[in-house]
Amino acid sequence: MTIGLGHYLSVAAILFTLGIFGIFLNRKNVIVILMSIELILLAVNINLVAFSAFLGDIVGQVYALIVLTVAAAEAAIGLAILVAYFRNRGSIAVDDVSLMKG
Amino acid sequence: MYEAIVFLPLLGAVIAGAIALIGARNRHPGEDPPPPHDDHAAPLAPEHIHGAPAPEAVHAEIDHPGLEKDETAEPTAGSQAAELITTTLLAISWVLSCFAFVEVGLQGHDAHVTLFNFITSGDLKVDWALRIDPLTVVMLVVVTTVSGLVHLYSIGYMADDPHKPRFFSYLSFFTFAMLMLVTSDNLAQLFFGWEGVGLASYLLIGFWFHKPEANAAAIKAFIVNRVGDFGFALGIFAVFLLTGSIAFDTVFAQAPSLVGKSFHYLSFNVDALTLICLLLFMGAMGKSAQFLLHTWLPDAMEGPTPVSALIHAATMVTAGVFMVARLSPLFELAPVAKEFVVFIGATTAIFAATVALVQNDIKRIVAYSTCSQLGYMFVAMGSGAYSIGMFHLFTHAFFKALLFLGSGSVILAMHHEQDVRKMGGLWRKIPLTYATMVIGTLALTGFPLTAGFFSKDAIIEADDVVAGTMASYGFIMTVGAAALTSFYSWRLIFKTFHGEPHDHHHYEGAHESAKTMLVPLVILAIGSIAAGWPALHLFTGSGAEEFFRNSLMFAPTNTVLEDMEHLPLTITLAPTAMMIGGFLVAWQFYIRRPDIPAALARDQGVLYRFLLNAWYFDRIYDFIFVRPAMWLGRLFWKGGDGFVIDGFGPDGVSARVLDVTRNVVRLQTGYLYHYAFAMLIGVAAAVTWFMFAGIGVH
Repeated sequence: MTIGLGHYLSVAAILFTLGIFGIFLNRKNVIVILMSIELILLAVNINLVAFSAFLGDIVGQVYALIVLTVAAAEAAIGLAILVAYFRNRGSIAVDDVSLMKG
Repeated sequence: MYEAIVFLPLLGAVIAGAIALIGARNRHPGEDPPPPHDDHAAPLAPEHIHGAPAPEAVHAEIDHPGLEKDETAEPTAGSQAAELITTTLLAISWVLSCFAFVEVGLQGHDAHVTLFNFITSGDLKVDWALRIDPLTVVMLVVVTTVSGLVHLYSIGYMADDPHKPRFFSYLSFFTFAMLMLVTSDNLAQLFFGWEGVGLASYLLIGFWFHKPEANAAAIKAFIVNRVGDFGFALGIFAVFLLTGSIAFDTVFAQAPSLVGKSFHYLSFNVDALTLICLLLFMGAMGKSAQFLLHTWLPDAMEGPTPVSALIHAATMVTAGVFMVARLSPLFELAPVAKEFVVFIGATTAIFAATVALVQNDIKRIVAYSTCSQLGYMFVAMGSGAYSIGMFHLFTHAFFKALLFLGSGSVILAMHHEQDVRKMGGLWRKIPLTYATMVIGTLALTGFPLTAGFFSKDAIIEADDVVAGTMASYGFIMTVGAAALTSFYSWRLIFKTFHGEPHDHHHYEGAHESAKTMLVPLVILAIGSIAAGWPALHLFTGSGAEEFFRNSLMFAPTNTVLEDMEHLPLTITLAPTAMMIGGFLVAWQFYIRRPDIPAALARDQGVLYRFLLNAWYFDRIYDFIFVRPAMWLGRLFWKGGDGFVIDGFGPDGVSARVLDVTRNVVRLQTGYLYHYAFAMLIGVAAAVTWFMFAGIGVH
């Protein structure tokens, strides 16, 4: 069995779905949300790389690198916010983070 | 001169009022006057219900209700100035009134002073004008004399009160309103004075504004008077409708042409003059506390005692009597209305006298006595003996003011105790008050040669010479009331000054009052003895028509004054016999056998309670008028305003908006995953839409 584009896309879709569910089924920890976002970005990266290889266009892989960079920056900022938040409020449980409640 | 008589008291009122205002401003700089201490409402406070006595409630029980308890309040600076200014201005006004009496009353120079225009609207032209004729000058002398003495007396009586400037301001304003009333030249001006005294009485009865009973009494006086004023206003409208004017001269000139005319209203034909007179008399009934509209008078005793003397003995309540006398040209042409006046007067005389028999509050006894004597005056008015009614008004002013001020002296001596059952034996402690009170009582009961003797006997005689069933009714009632008057007056004296003291604590502390209080008592006592004989020829017999000239009208058929001179001796002696009888019964009851009254009250329990509750008028009115009015008010408040307007009106709309937003707000949970989920749903929807709508793909 050759591994074609469909398989790559399927993996990416599975990862994306896992990421999505990880965000809003998660009741524990904000870090899990950050990790889920990373998963979503990775799924996108897989898509980009898969299409790049399939279409023979190098631009897709360049995009994947940019996304990785952005993801790294985002993770750094997100974790920094989390640390600051934890210092201030003593908890990063998702259910406690509801200051925007109306 | 006449302007000065009327407006000097107003000047005094304004100055004293300014002093009071400045004083209030200095006491509480930079804020509105403080809300009254609501000491008496404290029992309703929640902490009291839970068992722990509220400190305010205890405080209220210790304090005398009559004393000012605003301890933080110092007597306002300038109290003395206010007292001196108002009293001096009143004294000047009194001196000028005496000159006016000589000038107008004795020398016969009527005066008419037009001040300025009041209203000009279409046919209605009303001027501010002073009409000074014999009827007016009699009232001027009465009002300024009593008012001046009350001012003087108040300096002593209100010595401990921090709100003296306000009090004197009200007193002077009251006097001004009354003077405006008696000098009025047209019905509108009369109505102005009429309402002015109503306002002043409201302010003065409610002077001790921290007493809920005083506030209630003030409101009651105001509202009951409104009932009468309603009729009075309608009467004025009717007069204007028929004569096209409300100036006295024009109206009186046209009055004879109105005889026989009738109003056609809702298929009823009513005699116009009778209707007018009845409506106007309704106003007099309210102001003079006649039967059916009398309920405010006894309650008005909540005010300070000098106020009771001023308002409820000599001036305000006589406004109704004065009005009937002033409008005698109308009443003289309406015999049915006159009979009604006799009926109401006679009924009031006997009714108030029976109630006074059993009252225990010293001021209430005197108040019902006033009510009864006003009944006498109206009997005289209704009998056509206007001058004799004015005579009784004149003499009554002296002895009733004396009795009220004397009661005030007793109350002060007893440290604000007003219950006669707790007094007794006081004549040893306050002999001068005792002596003047006895003189007042002699005059009130009609002891020969005192002032009341001449005027009261004249009324009863006048009533006897008039033919007709109503006059007979009036005669019987007034003679009966004379006996009752004697009984309750002597009961008051015996219970207060004789017998054994019932409250030794108060008895030991009793002391004679200050000089400023005793001087008015002595002057009024002299007046009570001496005012009768010299004035007799001015008010009765042929002298009356010479004295009053055009100010009172006697129809050619009205021969009351002449007929009175040919009465059998038995009739003239009847009131005196009644007086002696009443005195003997009172003496038997309260000096010789003090056990009889208690036994009688026990045996005749129903009758006793009936009288003690003043024929249950307050209860009946409460049932017929007050409670339905309260019910209606609650209906409009709770149902109309609360339910309909607040439910569906502006408040309702805003409440619905709030409901919606409250639900919308609930969407904002603040949980991150909810927002993420919403976002996902949105993205999915958008993607789905693009897929099927095929945006950009053609």
